[in-house]
Amino acid sequence: MSDDRTVPRPGAVNPARRRLLRGIGALGATGLLAGCDWTQSQPVQDALSRTQDLTQAAMRLVSSREALAREYPARDIAPEFRANGSIQPQSDVYRSLLADGFADYRLGVHGAVTTPMQFSLADLKAMPSRTQITRHDCVEGWSCIGQWTGVPLAHVLERVGPTDRARFVVFHCADHLYNAPQPYYESLDMIEAHHPQTLLAYGLNGADLPVANGAPIRLRAERQLGYKMAKYVMNIELVESFDHIQGGKGGYWEDRGYNWWAGI
Amino acid sequence: MSEPGADTRSETMRIKRHGITTRLWHWVNALCLLVLLMSGLQIFNAHPALYWGHGSSFDDPVLSIGARRGPDGNPQGYLAIDGWHIPTTGVLGWSRADGQGQVRAFPAWATLPDSQWLALGRQWHFAAAWVFGVLLAGYLVYSIASRRRRRLIGVHRGEMRHLGREVAAHARFRFVRMAGYNVIQKLTYLLVLFVLLPMMVLTGLTMSPYMDAAWPWLTYLFGGHQSARTLHFISAFLLVGFFFVHVLLVLVSGVFNNMRAMITGGYRIERRADEATAAPETDRE
Repeated sequence: MSDDRTVPRPGAVNPARRRLLRGIGALGATGLLAGCDWTQSQPVQDALSRTQDLTQAAMRLVSSREALAREYPARDIAPEFRANGSIQPQSDVYRSLLADGFADYRLGVHGAVTTPMQFSLADLKAMPSRTQITRHDCVEGWSCIGQWTGVPLAHVLERVGPTDRARFVVFHCADHLYNAPQPYYESLDMIEAHHPQTLLAYGLNGADLPVANGAPIRLRAERQLGYKMAKYVMNIELVESFDHIQGGKGGYWEDRGYNWWAGI
Repeated sequence: MSEPGADTRSETMRIKRHGITTRLWHWVNALCLLVLLMSGLQIFNAHPALYWGHGSSFDDPVLSIGARRGPDGNPQGYLAIDGWHIPTTGVLGWSRADGQGQVRAFPAWATLPDSQWLALGRQWHFAAAWVFGVLLAGYLVYSIASRRRRRLIGVHRGEMRHLGREVAAHARFRFVRMAGYNVIQKLTYLLVLFVLLPMMVLTGLTMSPYMDAAWPWLTYLFGGHQSARTLHFISAFLLVGFFFVHVLLVLVSGVFNNMRAMITGGYRIERRADEATAAPETDRE
């Protein structure tokens, strides 16, 4: 994720710079755009972000629901899988779980389901597994190839039985990215949640998932950008709408202006 | 008395060069490309390095922009290509905005928005990309379907023979105002319209993980996700190069006449030059 994502600085634009930009504007049209506050106003942001619905609809139109993300041969695996965002959650709960090798870890699955359940790491590892070598695309622009092993999320959903109100799967995590008051969270719709490559992953490159990459469980959603793939997943909640969760946009980065549709 | 609307100067006449479709597309497209370029530079700034292949070989980028401490202890911006560092302090890698120096690949005046704000840069980029992509698809269909556009930009039999002569004339900044395009113009516009602009759309789509699953041929075509990102960047700067040459030639080959041709459509040509070439649509106004 973007470490240098900056909050728009309020107020003062240097008048000399304004004049300079106007001068440049006489030559080209950059004066229309550079250093102009309207390009970052809230109504403009809202209007622009509406195009993500069009993008999502168009991409769903040209793709089959089950189209698989590309899988790579073992020789393409990167020597070290880049860890990004949180790499060492600091909460007491997480630290005590880590201290005894996640023996007391329980993944809670609740919300719009017929049977809320809890799964230990051993329970998850005993379920049908899938191993895939895929490419992780970060919103920043870099990519990294790794081999993931985990249980397809669809299996877990089958066990708890989503009710007919369930429209989104929300992942609640253990980490507080950049010391945010509330923990990281993310969400998928039911199409991506049931995709055959969507995993609750517990293994990376043939070993247990390292802490830096999201131990004990991280999400893999291979047709989405990296910020969708929540690490340190503690609870899964099925919901009809995510309006009531944190900022109401369906994820940590979504609450900070990134698109919920992370397919591009 | 001259006939109504006819030219009073005997050596020249005015023709209608560009229809309303071309003129509208040209200006809306120009604005889209400006937004796409500036928001694209904003997106690039989030990870200012380019690679070849599927994944990123972080220690060995093809191109990167960054900053390091110079021998005098001050920050020094650089552009690194294949390990070769070019100092670019003040523009690339390290630049000032609002009086404060900061580490950033492309400077504030070149990015949209001007502050480091990836999320909003992406919003601008994708909104403009929709307008650009839809209009480009429509305009390419029109360019092929319209006889007038085909005659204007299509290279006709035997025309390539003039290429050497045209290059020599251009090198001496000698331009003949004729109704049709010369062969250099035709080749350039064909390259931009049918190669560079579609390349921007296709390499852009290739970078979408969802589209990579939907249309896996895209990453085969461009040699991988990171290759597509590199080609997207290179094509964008080829378009910037085209823009500068285009504007230079508009300025030196009769700026008012050229601008009028793309605003009202009217273009004044030299009658003899016109008669010497098989020109389309030389109907007098």
